[in-house]
Amino acid sequence: MSDLQPITVTVNGTPYEREVEPRLLLSDFLRHEIGLTGTHVGCEHGVCGACTVLFDGDPIRSCLMFAVQADGHQVTTVEGLGTPDGLHVVQEAFREAHAVQCGFCTPGFLMTLVPFLEQNPDPSEAEIREAISGNLCRCTGYQHIVDAVRVAAENMRMQAAGRGV
Amino acid sequence: MTVKYVGQRMTRTEDPRLLTGQALFVDDVEIPGMLYAAFLRSDYAHARLRSIDVSAARERPGVIAAYAAADMGEAWQPGPPLVIPPPTLEDVVFHTRTQVPLVKDKVRHLGEPLAMVIAESRYVAEDALEDILVDLEPLPAAVDLEDALQPDAPLVHDDLESNLAAHLVQEKGDYAAAREKADLVIRRRIVIDRCVAGAMENRGIVAHWDHKAQQLTVWDTTQAPIPLRNGLAGMFGLSAHQVRVIAPFVGGGFGPKIMMFYPEEVLLVWATLKLGRPIKWIEDRRENFLTTTQERGQVHDAEIALSKDGRILGVSHAFLHDTGAYDPYGLTIPLNTQSHAMGAYDVPNYHSELRVVFTNKMIVTPVRGAGRPQGIFLMERLLDIAARELGIDRIEIRKRNFIPPEKFPYNHQIIDQAFASLMFDSGNYLAALEKAAEMIGYEEFVKEEQPRLRAEGRHVGIGIVCFVETTGVGPYEGARITVETDGRISVATGVGTQGQGHFTSFAQIVADQLGVSPRDVRLVTGDTSEFHWGTGTFASRGAVVAANAIHAAAKSVRAKVLKLASKVLETPEEELELADGVVRVADLPEQSVGLGELAVLANPLRGAVEPGTEPGLESTDYYGPQYGATASGTHAMILEVDPETMMVEVKRYVAVEDCGTMLNPLIVEGQIHGGVALGIGNSYYEQLVYDETGQLLNASMADYLIPTASEVPRVEVGHEETRSPLNELGSKGAGEAGTIPVPALFAQALEDALADYRLEVLEMPLSPNKLFALLHGKEVER
Repeated sequence: MSDLQPITVTVNGTPYEREVEPRLLLSDFLRHEIGLTGTHVGCEHGVCGACTVLFDGDPIRSCLMFAVQADGHQVTTVEGLGTPDGLHVVQEAFREAHAVQCGFCTPGFLMTLVPFLEQNPDPSEAEIREAISGNLCRCTGYQHIVDAVRVAAENMRMQAAGRGV
Repeated sequence: MTVKYVGQRMTRTEDPRLLTGQALFVDDVEIPGMLYAAFLRSDYAHARLRSIDVSAARERPGVIAAYAAADMGEAWQPGPPLVIPPPTLEDVVFHTRTQVPLVKDKVRHLGEPLAMVIAESRYVAEDALEDILVDLEPLPAAVDLEDALQPDAPLVHDDLESNLAAHLVQEKGDYAAAREKADLVIRRRIVIDRCVAGAMENRGIVAHWDHKAQQLTVWDTTQAPIPLRNGLAGMFGLSAHQVRVIAPFVGGGFGPKIMMFYPEEVLLVWATLKLGRPIKWIEDRRENFLTTTQERGQVHDAEIALSKDGRILGVSHAFLHDTGAYDPYGLTIPLNTQSHAMGAYDVPNYHSELRVVFTNKMIVTPVRGAGRPQGIFLMERLLDIAARELGIDRIEIRKRNFIPPEKFPYNHQIIDQAFASLMFDSGNYLAALEKAAEMIGYEEFVKEEQPRLRAEGRHVGIGIVCFVETTGVGPYEGARITVETDGRISVATGVGTQGQGHFTSFAQIVADQLGVSPRDVRLVTGDTSEFHWGTGTFASRGAVVAANAIHAAAKSVRAKVLKLASKVLETPEEELELADGVVRVADLPEQSVGLGELAVLANPLRGAVEPGTEPGLESTDYYGPQYGATASGTHAMILEVDPETMMVEVKRYVAVEDCGTMLNPLIVEGQIHGGVALGIGNSYYEQLVYDETGQLLNASMADYLIPTASEVPRVEVGHEETRSPLNELGSKGAGEAGTIPVPALFAQALEDALADYRLEVLEMPLSPNKLFALLHGKEVER
């Protein structure tokens, strides 16, 4: 089988060079080729949103994309947001508002919300619900996730104001 | 003054790992040399297997092995049953027919596995499924629950005379006599169809037989790691101590992950024992729709008899329960339905005839709610209809029939899912109802707002229903608690975790006893090498059974700590207090000794100890309830129907819960929110649609609608607290409460919103299409 293709994908700032089959999903590449298992796979048909990552800054479903399509592109996964001791402001808000139960869908929500909040620093509840309507969660009923987004938005605005002074 | 942590809204200790992608789920397990399994599954629901040939698959580069049933030899065995069949009571029929690892002669449900391929990669394993030659002769299928009992129905199990899997009658008092005296008898047919649990994480297994160590390790998305370990050891002739089952972080359970043994669990273990290499299988979402267990299918012919002042004289129902192709879970679900068919009410006479039916559909085992939503739906619907007929307000008719607080413990005189007497331990149903009515503004809405909205031509309705939830069932759980030499506390318990926040709420219990911060309590769950006695996380029992075992162990360790500290500080125990990680003399706080120092002293390296001394500051304790606790509550909602599109909007949702002592109200509220979301799916969005051949027509998340943030409303949660008298913590469990009353509530609110249509909602789930059909029929009548 000589149909392996060389690719270079930059994930969370680190370039990864690999030879992959053209059919390898980006989600499988992230999880099993380079070991970033924070990106979860819930449906493999683009509905649940658990596998959402940032592709050149935009949220995409990594189960609906091949790794070879990411050649030469920038990907950000949940591992690129924060660490257990240094949570990203959205991660911190999720903890504060109890927006996590089993945690399986959580990385997809985070990767959807980070760019959303950058573009909409002061969203209404309806806008938040619209923004996350492409991500399924079976545990939380979404309410605490919505609350977390409000907390995050407020904290981000305060941070921005602090920087502006 | 020491802080009390139980009852505080603590954020969760486990979250940082989950939020940063550092938590281990089964599919994250990577072992060098790992192989991958894929399964060829039947495209028919019912078919004769004429022949199967896997040899071509074996030839494909990268394939290590391919197996059909015949390759398993003696290892091919059905079952065993997970829940023991009912004891042989008089007139009870129960035919045990359990699932098989690979189909040998006949396919009995869609997706049943025919062959397994093991390859160097998942992609190659799935490719090789195409190489397998299989000859299936499709057979007519038993799909519809009622048709399946007809004399000419296709037989799911050829050795039985019919598709009747079980028959059982339960009786309390004399319903027939009560009916004679009744002023009003309401009779209705109630139909409830199937749903999935829909955990975001599909099932997954990694099985690894280390031949040199003679050790089997299995990572499994199970809710029951210890029974799984014990069962696998027995099945494969190993000592239980050679088998380690780990349920790491599990991405949602909701019931089906308590099922065992799924064919894949048996097959992966069998194959790793044969091949000596680790093997991984991760279910995909289509497989999840086809072959992860489901629930809810029942048809009831139900009756309620009342006096003219709205007192319930009796309830009677004959019902069919769909168990699917096999019945490994015994009668748990329909017994739960019976246990909830009298709801929160003092029903003097009850008659229930249950028929469990085999069908050519996936096996039925509990899904969050587990038979309870059906029972509550039945009772609440009958009461609503009775209230309308009698001209009594729906709140008033409930008040007149509640089991009053002074009647607890209340013996229902029927058997529950454990084949023991159904007892309700405690409750204050009226308080929850009144609180919910007040929170939603029932009086004001009905008297002022609704007439105004109706005058504007809007279809806005209110609903309010009551429910009970039997929780915290036995037999038991246990825990081992150890004070570490750094002063932190380790806790090991057998129950696994699927998002319930055990790492936090259990730590709060320990912290209260040992005077440490919950953040200094390290908890391990779901790893049989850490703790190997227990049954699992199901039936809303974690916060009751496991929590009280942890409470007991923490108290034992506290006693050991005080005893040793008393010697060290030369002070009587009663003058000591535990706080801030030290034991100190209450009146002289500068005289203290740290827990870590005590742990070192309790495990000396040299010297002599007193006879009978146990090393360390450690204790293992157990808790088994006398019988299960009973949570309860009232939910209320206001919803609006768009009569053009039949879409609904939930404008307000109130849930008042009584789960006894709340270990952590933040976590309880999260449980309720999630439960309500599933209930809303069960009411208006989610239905598994099988055609007459047993094909599942909506086996994808694009076609089967799990509610999104656009459909699930904000839930306003209120709490009542009636402590359970059965356990020291007073807890009752809250895992399923959110889901149970929702279909009944949705039905009542829909009827109220569409009052001018005189609609009766007697089936669940509904959908915009089904509501349109119901209303269209009414319009023709009008």
